[in-house]
Amino acid sequence: MKKIAERIKVVKVDEISKEFGKAIEIGDVKIALFRLKSGNFHAIENRCPHKGGVLVEGLVSGEHVFCPMHDWKIDITSGKVEEPDHGCVKTFEIEVEGDDVYIVLS
Amino acid sequence: MAKKRLVLVGNGMAGVKTIEEILKIHKDCFEITVIGEEPYPNYNRILLSKVLQGDTTVKDITLNDWNWYKENNIRLFVNEKVIQVDPNAKVITTHIGTAISYDELIIATGSKPFILPIPGKDKEGVTTFRDIKDTETMVKASKNYRKAAVIGGGLLGLEAARGLLNLGMEVTVVHLGSSLMDRQLDVTAATLLKEELEVQGMRFLLEKNTTEIIGHERVECIRFSDGDFLECDLVVMAVGINPNVELANQAGLTINRGIIVNDYLQTNIPNIYAVGECAEHKGIAYGLVAPLFEQAKVLASAVCGSLASPYQGSVVSTQLKVSGVEVFSAGDFIEGGEKKALRIYDEQDGLYKKMVFKGKKIVGAVLFGDSREGTRLFSLIKKNTDVSDTVKVSLLQPLGGEAGESVVASMESDEIICGCNGVSKGSIVQAIHEQGCATVDAIKSCTSASRSCGGCKSSISELLEITLGEDFDPASHKETLCGCTDHSRDEVIEAIRTKHLMHTREVMHVLEWKTSDGCSKCRPALNYYLGMIHPTEYEDENESRYVNERLHANIQKDGSFGVVPRMYGGVTSSAQLRKIADVADKYNAKLLKVTGGQRIDIFGIEKEDLPKVWEELDMPSGYAYGKTLRTVKTCVGETFCRFGTQDSLSLGIALEKRLERVGSPHKFKMAVSACPRNCAESGIKDFGVVGVEGGFEMYVGGNGGTHLRAADLLGKVKTAEEVIDYASAYFQYYRETGVYLERTSKWLERMGLENIKIVIENPEQRKELNERLNLAVTVQEDPWKKIINNDKLKNELFESVTIQH
Ligand code: SRM
Ligand SMILES: Cc1cc2nc3c(=O)[nH]c(=O)nc-3n(C[C@H](O)[C@H](O)[C@H](O)COP(=O)(O)OP(=O)(O)OC[C@H]3O[C@@H](n4cnc5c(N)ncnc54)[C@H](O)[C@@H]3O)c2cc1C
Ligand code: SF4
Ligand code: FES
Repeated sequence: MKKIAERIKVVKVDEISKEFGKAIEIGDVKIALFRLKSGNFHAIENRCPHKGGVLVEGLVSGEHVFCPMHDWKIDITSGKVEEPDHGCVKTFEIEVEGDDVYIVLS
Repeated sequence: MAKKRLVLVGNGMAGVKTIEEILKIHKDCFEITVIGEEPYPNYNRILLSKVLQGDTTVKDITLNDWNWYKENNIRLFVNEKVIQVDPNAKVITTHIGTAISYDELIIATGSKPFILPIPGKDKEGVTTFRDIKDTETMVKASKNYRKAAVIGGGLLGLEAARGLLNLGMEVTVVHLGSSLMDRQLDVTAATLLKEELEVQGMRFLLEKNTTEIIGHERVECIRFSDGDFLECDLVVMAVGINPNVELANQAGLTINRGIIVNDYLQTNIPNIYAVGECAEHKGIAYGLVAPLFEQAKVLASAVCGSLASPYQGSVVSTQLKVSGVEVFSAGDFIEGGEKKALRIYDEQDGLYKKMVFKGKKIVGAVLFGDSREGTRLFSLIKKNTDVSDTVKVSLLQPLGGEAGESVVASMESDEIICGCNGVSKGSIVQAIHEQGCATVDAIKSCTSASRSCGGCKSSISELLEITLGEDFDPASHKETLCGCTDHSRDEVIEAIRTKHLMHTREVMHVLEWKTSDGCSKCRPALNYYLGMIHPTEYEDENESRYVNERLHANIQKDGSFGVVPRMYGGVTSSAQLRKIADVADKYNAKLLKVTGGQRIDIFGIEKEDLPKVWEELDMPSGYAYGKTLRTVKTCVGETFCRFGTQDSLSLGIALEKRLERVGSPHKFKMAVSACPRNCAESGIKDFGVVGVEGGFEMYVGGNGGTHLRAADLLGKVKTAEEVIDYASAYFQYYRETGVYLERTSKWLERMGLENIKIVIENPEQRKELNERLNLAVTVQEDPWKKIINNDKLKNELFESVTIQH
């Protein structure tokens, strides 16, 4: 385990269409990287706090993703589960430079 | 001045209701602490029946979520049981040693289910029905076991039994008395009820006294006093409840059956109150929420020191929450002596109504088969109305007739409309005037009315109409597409057609959606409607589709996928089977299974491998994931079978080829059998065909899923070509008029079979429907082929990124 923050290049911008996600695995870390309608990239842990659904396959609406298993609604930017459900997922910092999308691991 | 410390023991329906009422009076008067033994925030216990019956889920029955406690500055301890009250020191202590001081203490510990004190009661597989844990125990048991015995034929027992039937178990209700629900129904109503439930598949053993539960670790059978046995692997005891007075006892409160309270819910020790099922007022410990909520109101005023009108006891009414059965009972419903009854009994339609009078007053009622008049009669009973001037029978509506004068209009302002949440007519009217509520939903969030069983929705709607008069907008009571919009399906369709809208965003924009990007309900629906209306011009929006339909496979719980290739009419070949076998081996399929739809499912394929699997299978997609034609089940038919009258195989295959791929509101299943023995189960399909000598019968609107429904006969034709013609027209008509996610079984009931027949039997309309379907067919292509041949799609949709680290 390295302690310092580390930037990892994961995809090119045009490899993900708007309102879609891509599953990213870095070592043991499973990440769902989304490109929102605004064009912004955000990344969260690819595991629903409800029963472990794969969030990357969810329907993306605005800044939210709906888990494909039981339809929990999760804020992609903050990782928070929307009411009436409870919980949160980890978020990851993203940097976009030119054509490249980076995930920052700390 | 320091705030007074208020402590509530028991985080259940009556206790939390009291807190809600207190907060309404004095938001900041108390520093409130709530301690509950269950690990959940306050939930709607009543709806556990609905959870068990599969109509709702545990997560949907929360009444006050964690946030509510936070927002109201309430300290909440869950998973802790209060085991001691020290009235002198004014301190309570929990089983893990948390000690809390109080100035005022409310005990609302509810009831404990009564457990028959018989040998074997502690065996595995024996449960009660009281809380979420019990419900989960039953659901779990239903997955591994088949035979359930419910001891107790009362309200709770019958609701449990119906739930277990829905979970696929064989259920026998064992009852000590000779008639069901004997605390609420007379013998006539009970007999009708039993017959109805038997039709639903419930079995009954009446006048049976259970004396022993037998089994090794787990229950295997139960024994009765007459020596009979009943085999079962789950036993649900629903034989009654006892007020939970364990803690009160320790505290030294005066107890009879429950904790004795006065008209202000005070116990014999100062500053200690009891409310709910644990309390006994004038000899009665109530077991329904409406009276408990009345108590909660009185107690709240008393604790806050405001002028409270005393609690004077309650008249109760009950309704059985079993779908398809309408039973209502209120007040004193058994005649005899001074009490005289008026009975109406329609044997043919199974309707029964009874009113019981005492002098000039109506004191009780029982309704079976049609309970719409329940609220009206209950109101007369509660109000103690003098009915001597009324022709008695006119108190009832004509059998099967519409309700006349509005019951709601004649209600006093303090009368309760929502029994579950104890919301009075007055509070609803107030919400309409002062908070501008104009819809049932708005009233629900303002006042909690209709938040529980929903039985009062029609009364609220009526009250809105009366109160708002001209301003009442019936449109606001329509079913909207989802929470993002106030528009109904029909309005949306109309707008798409007349304004020629071509994109989901455009629809949301033009119709002023309340959310900027829609949700998982409206986006797929809009995508479907747009495609249905503009079959050739609309460009399907993959991002608005549910994952299965986006990736053309069925997602599993571990994130891998199931692949189901088409096998037209359930017919396969050794070559196909070989390919499937090879693919399964090569891509490490976790399971190969013959599905309920007569074909093979390859389970456990990784997402990245899907395109390769499809390519190597080289078979069309079976759309096992799609809102479209799923399968056409066939029987072997005249080609081999000695009873066959028709070539069911060819017809099944032809139907499948005709209708495959075209999207519909929900999935569409078909079957063709070649004789009335019906080996392809044509009677439970969206469209089922039964071959008979010289022709074919066509059945529609069947469903074998959650709500089993036998199909209705659409008509009879002579040739296979006609069947295809009718089926196509029927399918297209459903496509054009169905609500997204509405199966044909629901659609048919909404539209009316006769109305559908008029359209489908008209040759001109049939032809036009077929033509419109043809147009939709022209743009379909096999999705698997399309992806295999498109590298961009393959990469975007199926490739993931793995980085060694
Ligand atoms: C594979 C199969 C079970 C099997 O192992 O045999 C199956 C599997 C699923 N069914 Fe089914 N159903 C399967 C035949 C049926 C049948 C029997 C039949 O078709 O003859 C029924 C009852 C008949 C009917 O629909 O009228 C059936 C009634 C349902 C329902 C309830 C539908 C309803 O209207 O009540 C659902 C839930 C839904 O669609 O909303 C459902 C939903 C599902 C889903 C898709 C659940 C989901 O959304 O993920 C299951 C996917 C499992 C998975 O992990 O891939 N499945 N399902 C069957 C596939 C048949 C096929 O070849 O395409
Ligand atoms: C399946 C089912 C269906 C029902 N259907 C209907 C219906 O249709 N209509 C109707 O009117 N009523 C119905 N009821 C009855 C209704 O749910 C109850 O009348 C109501 O919940 C009673 O409220 P209460 O607050 O008194 O008790 P509860 O809701 O049981 O709350 C008591 C709480 O106190 C907790 N507690 C107990 N002792 C302690 C302690 N020492 N320390 C901490 N916590 C403690 C318990 O764990 C429990 O959570 C139904 C009940 C069930 C089980
Ligand atoms: S396959 Fe069908 S019946 Fe079986 S668990 Fe899944 S949805 Fe339920
Ligand atoms: S696993 Fe995500 S909602 Fe259930």
